Amino acid sequence: MPLLEVEHLRVHFPVKPGLFARPRGHVRAVDDVSFAVEAGETVGLVGESGCGKTTVGRAVVRLLEPTGGSIRFAGEDLTALRGAALRERRRQFQMIFQDPFSSLNPRLTVGDSIGEALDIHRLAADRTERRRRIGELLASVGLDPAAADRYPHEFSGGQRQRIGIARALAVEPRLIVGDEPVSALDVSVQAQVVNLLQDLQRERGLAYLFISHDLAVVEHLSHRILVMYLGRIVESGPAADVCGTPKHPYTQALLSAVPVVDPDSKRSRIVLSGDVPSPIQPPAGCPFHPRCPVAEARCRTEVPPLHSLEPGRQVACHLA
Amino acid sequence: MPSSPATWSRSPRQRAWRRLWTHRPALISAVFLGLVLGLALAVPLFSDGTRSHGSGEAFAEPTWTHWFGTDVHGRDVFARTFAGTRISLLVGAVGTAVSLVIGVSWGLVAGYAGGRTDGVMMRFVDVLYSLPSVVFVIVLITTMEGYVKGLLGSVAPALEPAARLTFLFVGLGAVSWLTMARIVRGQVLSLRTRPFVLASQALGAGPVRILFRHILPNVTGLVIVYLTLTVPAVVLYESFLSFLGLGIQPPQASLGTLLAEGAAQINPLRVRWWLIAGPGGVLALTLLALNFLGDGLRDAFDPKAE
Repeated sequence: MPLLEVEHLRVHFPVKPGLFARPRGHVRAVDDVSFAVEAGETVGLVGESGCGKTTVGRAVVRLLEPTGGSIRFAGEDLTALRGAALRERRRQFQMIFQDPFSSLNPRLTVGDSIGEALDIHRLAADRTERRRRIGELLASVGLDPAAADRYPHEFSGGQRQRIGIARALAVEPRLIVGDEPVSALDVSVQAQVVNLLQDLQRERGLAYLFISHDLAVVEHLSHRILVMYLGRIVESGPAADVCGTPKHPYTQALLSAVPVVDPDSKRSRIVLSGDVPSPIQPPAGCPFHPRCPVAEARCRTEVPPLHSLEPGRQVACHLA
Repeated sequence: MPSSPATWSRSPRQRAWRRLWTHRPALISAVFLGLVLGLALAVPLFSDGTRSHGSGEAFAEPTWTHWFGTDVHGRDVFARTFAGTRISLLVGAVGTAVSLVIGVSWGLVAGYAGGRTDGVMMRFVDVLYSLPSVVFVIVLITTMEGYVKGLLGSVAPALEPAARLTFLFVGLGAVSWLTMARIVRGQVLSLRTRPFVLASQALGAGPVRILFRHILPNVTGLVIVYLTLTVPAVVLYESFLSFLGLGIQPPQASLGTLLAEGAAQINPLRVRWWLIAGPGGVLALTLLALNFLGDGLRDAFDPKAE
């Protein structure tokens, strides 16, 4: 049984022009997305801005109510849970955020930011134990336990990101959703944080849903990769396969944009023209056809289903 | 990061107060306001300025015994000015307190609830905004006063003179919380989607915890700044209403009624300037100092200064 099982997830946001007006339409941020994450596994979720990858992540940790579909965690459907029951389950999945500067409350000490997790779930019996646990958590992300008494403004971006990770670890989750956790950091610091995430995965058997637009980082970190376009998954499979032999023209275009450290490389860059279509009125047929370099007539009328090429490898393209 | 535990770590609020300490105009203003407040509290203890004393001479120019001169009844203008300052500041403080309580809670609820609740609450604020507030207070006082006075007179006659003051509190409070509600709501709206709030929600924090631990502490700086700007606005408002004769009733005085009395004594034959100079000077300097203090607070609490 997979740790996380997402089936036919849909998240639509109503577009309302005014207070008493009827919704004019819906932003289909996530439209029929299904995937699974096994315990201890890293699944990368890639796509460009606005494709719905952050929405998937927020729905998984129940920061957003899904419009439809189910999210099962260790076999239990979370979408039906409310109140105290949901709060109890929240210990098992946590999130780390993109912007290290706004992900910590500037008015709270680092110790109190991390300690909040312990307070909500009553994980520390008294103040001494709370302090000890916070110190341990800070040490486990490579920070000095004395950092607990300091305020976020005294830390660099990479250090704050480590604090955010320590906060997520405080409740001992089994799954961490990382919403672009390294894209706001310098490249050298990115590598340190990526290594920290990998070390923590080895030590604690964590599963990651790693959301990013940076294919190079995702390829390095992930066991499996999901590629999203306009609220749908267009390709999925083991990281090496998706990056080595991409089947969907969108994945091919994304990969061609990853810089290669080889001056003799003859790989040609596929430049996509046009913008991402509006998710309020997605194009008929394949959502990618207006920008697809190899689109055919039926791409304009028929939605390509996500079909299996081989076990664990799926693509949504008529031509693949 | 210096990590020796001996180094002192300051919270953002402590750092803001330290920045304020280095803001010279704000500091001078704070000292001046302390002085005015001290006089407003102390002077009426010796003389509330409602009776004449000393020589009892009317319209005496400023001398060493009557620093601000005397008025038509031979009352000491200095004593009356600070008795009036006391009333004016009291009205300013109460009006501001009302704006604090109603405005902040209204803004917090509207901003945090969002959606339709927010829409309805803020349209209500818009409606109140669109009423001319002077007319609103005037209508409130003229229509309700007789009724309330009658009621008070039958229950507790001693409280009857306080009726007008109560109306000023209610009326000014009712119009001064609107801007506060808008400011707080806007700030809450931007705070509630910040990742640190989402992180707290993902941990399972309830709305009470998020409001009081994450949102309120991050709007207090702004609220403090806006409060120091609300006090002068309310004081000025009260002075204006009193000047029109709708505020404080004689023999009590506020800065506004004193100015009105002084203005009444201006005629082509003789200008008794001291009747206006004393209370007018105190009013202008107090308002200026409050605005300077608000300015300093705004600089000190500016998040960009972090």
